[in-house]
Amino acid sequence: MSTEETSSDSKGYLDMDLLRFTTAGSVDDGKSTLIGRLMYDSKAIFEDQLESIEQSSKQRGDENVNLALLTDGLRAEREQGITIDVAYRYFATPRRKFIIADTPGHIQYTRNMVTGASTANLAIVLVDARKGVIEQTCRHSFIANLLRIQHVVIAVNKMDLVDWSEDAFDKIREDFRKFASRLDNIVEVSFIPISALKGDNVVDSSTNMPWYKGPTLLYHLETVYVGPDANHVDSRLPVQWVIRPHSDEFHDFRGYAGRVAGGVFKPGDEVVVFPSGFNAKIKGVYGGGGELKEAYSPLSVSITLDREIDISRGDTIAKPNNPPRIGQEIDAMICWFSEKPLNPKGKFVIRHCAKEAKVLIRDVKYKVDINTLHKLEDDKVFNLNDIGRVTLRTASPLCYDSYKANRVTGSFVLVDAFTNETVAAGMIR
Amino acid sequence: MHDYAVTHLKQLESEAIYILRETAAQFERPVLLFSGGKDSIVMTHLASKAFWPAKIPFPLLHVDTGHNFPETIEYRDEMVSELGANLVVASVEEAIKDGRVVEEKGPNASRNMLQIQTLLDALEEGQYDAALGGARRDEEKARAKERFFSHRDEFGQWDPKNQRPELWNIFNGRMSPGEHFRIFPLSNWTEMDVWQYMKLEGIELPSLYYAHKREIVVRNNTILAVSEFVQPRDGETVETRQIRFRTMGDATITGAVESDADTMEKIIEEVAAARETERGNRADDKRSESAMEDRKKAGYF
Repeated sequence: MSTEETSSDSKGYLDMDLLRFTTAGSVDDGKSTLIGRLMYDSKAIFEDQLESIEQSSKQRGDENVNLALLTDGLRAEREQGITIDVAYRYFATPRRKFIIADTPGHIQYTRNMVTGASTANLAIVLVDARKGVIEQTCRHSFIANLLRIQHVVIAVNKMDLVDWSEDAFDKIREDFRKFASRLDNIVEVSFIPISALKGDNVVDSSTNMPWYKGPTLLYHLETVYVGPDANHVDSRLPVQWVIRPHSDEFHDFRGYAGRVAGGVFKPGDEVVVFPSGFNAKIKGVYGGGGELKEAYSPLSVSITLDREIDISRGDTIAKPNNPPRIGQEIDAMICWFSEKPLNPKGKFVIRHCAKEAKVLIRDVKYKVDINTLHKLEDDKVFNLNDIGRVTLRTASPLCYDSYKANRVTGSFVLVDAFTNETVAAGMIR
Repeated sequence: MHDYAVTHLKQLESEAIYILRETAAQFERPVLLFSGGKDSIVMTHLASKAFWPAKIPFPLLHVDTGHNFPETIEYRDEMVSELGANLVVASVEEAIKDGRVVEEKGPNASRNMLQIQTLLDALEEGQYDAALGGARRDEEKARAKERFFSHRDEFGQWDPKNQRPELWNIFNGRMSPGEHFRIFPLSNWTEMDVWQYMKLEGIELPSLYYAHKREIVVRNNTILAVSEFVQPRDGETVETRQIRFRTMGDATITGAVESDADTMEKIIEEVAAARETERGNRADDKRSESAMEDRKKAGYF
């Protein structure tokens, strides 16, 4: 079966693209209500779902249908009226399919925001129009910037509670701009005044705020140009698995399988395998049963080479003219996820691309106060949610890039070797 | 300029193949849970693509409630022989005979809960350390919080409040002896994506998914097919209606919808216009608001 794109004869859904976004805000900023509203007004909520939350809302004595109940699916969440974990939600319009990572605003759950942001191309940061830009807003924007989300929407919510005031909106915009000038990864910031509860400027334009001439939130999400997140210059194929059929028909087939993390691979291309440094030429590029003309990010493919060299899981196939960095000393920003503070003498394992290796914490350089963006060089104890800079030494060499250059080959997680918990997320500098 | 745009279906396919390969690489004895439903059919199709031209490097496991539609079993056996795959069947019927599980009593008895123990026994027996499932986050609100790599403790339980964070495309499958993982490559797919992908790939489905005439009874607002396991009760009348199934499960609880959609194209149109979720007809989810969460904590897939 052909795995080529069928764009020529396609209509509608075959051409749709995908936008992954995350939502952040503090407690009671109305995130879940906003998501419920987006889905409800774009008709992504089904009748039985609506019926079920109507029933639950009534039982809880809520005045309006509580749309938050759509995403707060766990019993503890409904009982406490809070969102505990990242909830993934899906909806589509004729233009785009959307994946939402709804992340809770509770301060102890910042790790969830980092998690949701790691796969997002856009972040919606909710600001309560009555409270303005607060510490949490800065914290969330800092994380979006750190995780290299290039597009941020500041959704100024609860405009109905400030009498749809343009001044209140303008002040928030000014305050945020002052703060955001220091966030260098964010390419574009949009400001939209909304009322998630009443629906103003979410899907339909507000009649209460004639002074606002910009797009509604949904229109913005549908049309914002999110350039390819992938790096199409530096060719990288982290090898996940070696396909060896051992069948008569494919007796000598050795396919190096992985998901392209950057650049383009074509038959005939000269490649180098790292860390060994051996050269070869690409014989064939395959995508699930069919031969492809080329492979690029984020496609999962397998490639065959013109000579037999020793390649295994964890190796990286790249091009000779722009190799990845190879090394065991890693300088990185990390976010600490565990309730147990970081013990620099602890035993950890690093997971980077398809590689797993033992790792030592060589040096803790500083922590960042993410409300002021100041470096804290005296306090070096990483507690839950702390972000800062460390140097690591890995037991075997990694093939990596900076996180700025490549989100796939520049990211890693640290795993506690005894509990197996994922205790930190890292971005290589 | 070269256009490297990748459609949403291609991105989802690529992600699922990545997860399937990670599973094969990170675990010693993975197994793919095959129910005969469309999601597990798509997952099997993706697995055959992920490792092509080699065969799928792990077996398929079917937890057989004994209440199957014969069409499901026929389809399963044909697919397995075509792929040259290795099929393991865990039978609820035999678990009942062995006394490992006790059948529910009462008029609405279902073998749904019995599947859990049968599955856990089969995982233990086969020493499987990772079970691939076709569940999607859009199906149900407890599933919306599920990870791609979902850790299960030594009792097979899910702890939704203490899940490992998943970042980028890095998946942590490390565990202690006796524990295992449930892995969901289709997490980010919606029902619509699954149908569109099947059309794009020309995947054939069991005939039950297409509209056909069948004898049914209506019970608790659910249309159930009359079979050796579902017989009309007092006050219920058997009618013949044009129906199809949106999900495939135990014949005693899987509700049908009235439909004229007898082709993939018509089904996609119908799904696009649908105003009820596909699990809306699953009697097992209607037992309580947290029915799914409770079953998942206990080890359901």
